[in-house]
Amino acid sequence: MNIIVCIKQVPDAKDVRLDPETNTLAREGVQSIMNPYDQHALEEAVSLREQLGGKVTVLTMGPPQAEEILKQAISCGADKGVLVSDRAFAGADTWATSYTLAKAVEKIGDFDLILCGKQAIDGDTAQVGPGLAIRLDIPFVTCIQNIREASESELVMERMMDDGYDVVAVSCPVLLTVVKDLNTPRVPSLKGKMKAKKAEFTVLSAEDIGADAACIGLAGSPTQVVDVFPPKPRGGRAILNGSMEEQIEQLVEKLAVYL
Amino acid sequence: MLIVDNELCVGCGVCEDNCAFAAIEVKDGLAVVGDACTLCGSCVDVCEVEALTLEGVEKSVQVDLESWSGVWVYCEFRAGSLAPVSLELLGVGRKLADARGVDLSAVLIGADTGETAAQLIGHGADTVYRVDNPSLQYFTDEAYGAVLTDLITKHKPEIVLAGATAIGRSFIPGVANSLGAGLTADCTELAIREDDGALLQTRPAFGGNIMATIVCPSSRPQMSTVRPKVMKPLEFDASRNGVVEDIAVTAEQLQTKVRVLESVISEQDNVNIQESDILIGGGRGLDSEKGFKLIRELAESMDAAVSASRAVVDAGWIGYPHQVGQTGKTVAPKLYIACGISGAIQHVAGMQSSETIVAINRDKDAPIFDVADFGLVGDLFEIIPILINKIEGNRGS
Ligand SMILES: Cc1cc2nc3c(=O)[nH]c(=O)nc-3n(C[C@H](O)[C@H](O)[C@H](O)COP(=O)(O)OP(=O)(O)OC[C@H]3O[C@@H](n4cnc5c(N)ncnc54)[C@H](O)[C@@H]3O)c2cc1C
Ligand SMILES: Nc1ncnc2c1ncn2[C@@H]1O[C@H](COP(=O)(O)O)[C@@H](O)[C@H]1O
Repeated sequence: MNIIVCIKQVPDAKDVRLDPETNTLAREGVQSIMNPYDQHALEEAVSLREQLGGKVTVLTMGPPQAEEILKQAISCGADKGVLVSDRAFAGADTWATSYTLAKAVEKIGDFDLILCGKQAIDGDTAQVGPGLAIRLDIPFVTCIQNIREASESELVMERMMDDGYDVVAVSCPVLLTVVKDLNTPRVPSLKGKMKAKKAEFTVLSAEDIGADAACIGLAGSPTQVVDVFPPKPRGGRAILNGSMEEQIEQLVEKLAVYL
Repeated sequence: MLIVDNELCVGCGVCEDNCAFAAIEVKDGLAVVGDACTLCGSCVDVCEVEALTLEGVEKSVQVDLESWSGVWVYCEFRAGSLAPVSLELLGVGRKLADARGVDLSAVLIGADTGETAAQLIGHGADTVYRVDNPSLQYFTDEAYGAVLTDLITKHKPEIVLAGATAIGRSFIPGVANSLGAGLTADCTELAIREDDGALLQTRPAFGGNIMATIVCPSSRPQMSTVRPKVMKPLEFDASRNGVVEDIAVTAEQLQTKVRVLESVISEQDNVNIQESDILIGGGRGLDSEKGFKLIRELAESMDAAVSASRAVVDAGWIGYPHQVGQTGKTVAPKLYIACGISGAIQHVAGMQSSETIVAINRDKDAPIFDVADFGLVGDLFEIIPILINKIEGNRGS
């Protein structure tokens, strides 16, 4: 089974902080990581390959330094990495990102399964996976929490819903987005790390994938950000006073409207 | 692309101060754009010497905006019931439709929807497009997507809203891509811009550290998924008039490659924590599964649902559907009581838009208190039993 895993480099949430004076995101010391959901997608791909054979290609669209997560993916068992990188992609929203990834997937070709994370933690949109599937004209299922049976002809799996889960069956090719209940990502092996060090990646530009300039980057994005501002500050640090009994008494009074 | 005209730039740094993403910096007296640039244009607006320009913004394809009219709400119906967020969306949808002077329509897709259409009219809809068919009993992205896409193509609404639920966030992106429409995820505020009637869609980004307002200037419909619990439904009014239009499904729409074999509704607890008005969140401070029993009792005394930090889910005390945070669910209940949760940024990202937050923690420096409206510093094993007692006492009297 040939699997393509879409992975994205995102800022680590614990480092993302608003500078209280300037109301801007503080950049100093912000580490980049592989989007956590994508780590679960990668793990699933590697373990499916171990069961069924084939190869795992990781694909990312991003600036040149996104190569770091391709390296990390190789050290965790991926066979091949592709970086789609071009200044012209800057400002892409999920629509333009789906288009660009679809073009790259067509270029890579020969896949049975595409795995994505449920969402990227920087934008939290969860829109790229389904968008990519629509562009490739293949079915998709989101929020997979368990794959019960997998063969080259059919997958049976559990899709997480708000009130429980659905059991669904689908034949390949298909795109799945995954949640973290699916598996526990492995840590890189020593051999993997060695392989990652030597790994070289295919780098594709807008021209290489034959992208239409009107569909990529800012120009290709139907959504446009017109304003960014800090959220309303929360009250915060309103610690109650008095003996514990009194504090609880006060709390129950304050909460009366909700009870 | 954001272009800096080095001839004009005076290196004043106003752009740097106004960039929310810290993506522009003055180096050696000139503004330099970094990779974090989202091309939002804030810097272009504030640059007094007009040294900054955005290039490549002009769209080559323009749709005829005038031919799209009306506000639509996708009303989610599953396993015999309407998702509460549907009524919230009709509430905000009504306001948007009135501001635009257009009709509000509801799209109801499912099987055995009974009196639901009348309920939607009573809550604000002028028209209900009802697609009721036994083959739509189970949700599939393909069939639901095809039905909604075809309806939108036929009637051309200018705005389409859906709940940011598991179902909405699954198939709506597919619909938007099929239509070539812009879609904004998980909005918490919607309004109409006065100058041109555009939909202003506001949503949190970067774990809630930044709010962004988004428009879709040249594509239609303007589509958003909206977070449950943040919009208010209208009072039900039985005297409201509306039209129900029954829509037949075609064989083609029902042709799906994905088959639903079984739909399993969770028995334990109420797992749909996004729809709960009150959530009791449990963290590692509960110490064990037994501690968890305590917050279940508290939840019961308040008709609340139970949620958890990732630490607790990883420990296996409760299932993943209950996890709140960056890699779990985002919730916005009226009341969130965090018990033994430290308040790591990844947890706070998922619950900071709750109306009121209470924190119980024995460490007075725990970051959870930074977002709490009421904080109790102490041992939760002491506090919670007293709290339950008082609440039940009050209820009894
Ligand atoms: C990529 C990534 C994604 C993540 N996603 C999420 C996510 O989605 N959701 C999430 O929750 N976390 C997430 N985390 C984990 C997060 O960083 C924290 O580790 C986690 O939230 C901590 O859980 P906790 O508050 O229950 O535990 P702890 O941090 O251990 O806090 C326990 C608290 O309980 C208090 N306490 C202990 N005993 C008592 C007592 N008897 N009475 C009163 N108070 C007591 C302590 O003072 C302490 O503050 C993520 C982490 C990473 C790296
Ligand atoms: N730039 C990108 N490169 C590769 N994959 C991406 C990119 N952006 C998003 N994805 C994939 O799409 C998923 C959902 O992302 P999003 O829609 O941005 O929340 C991620 O978990 C990735 O699997």
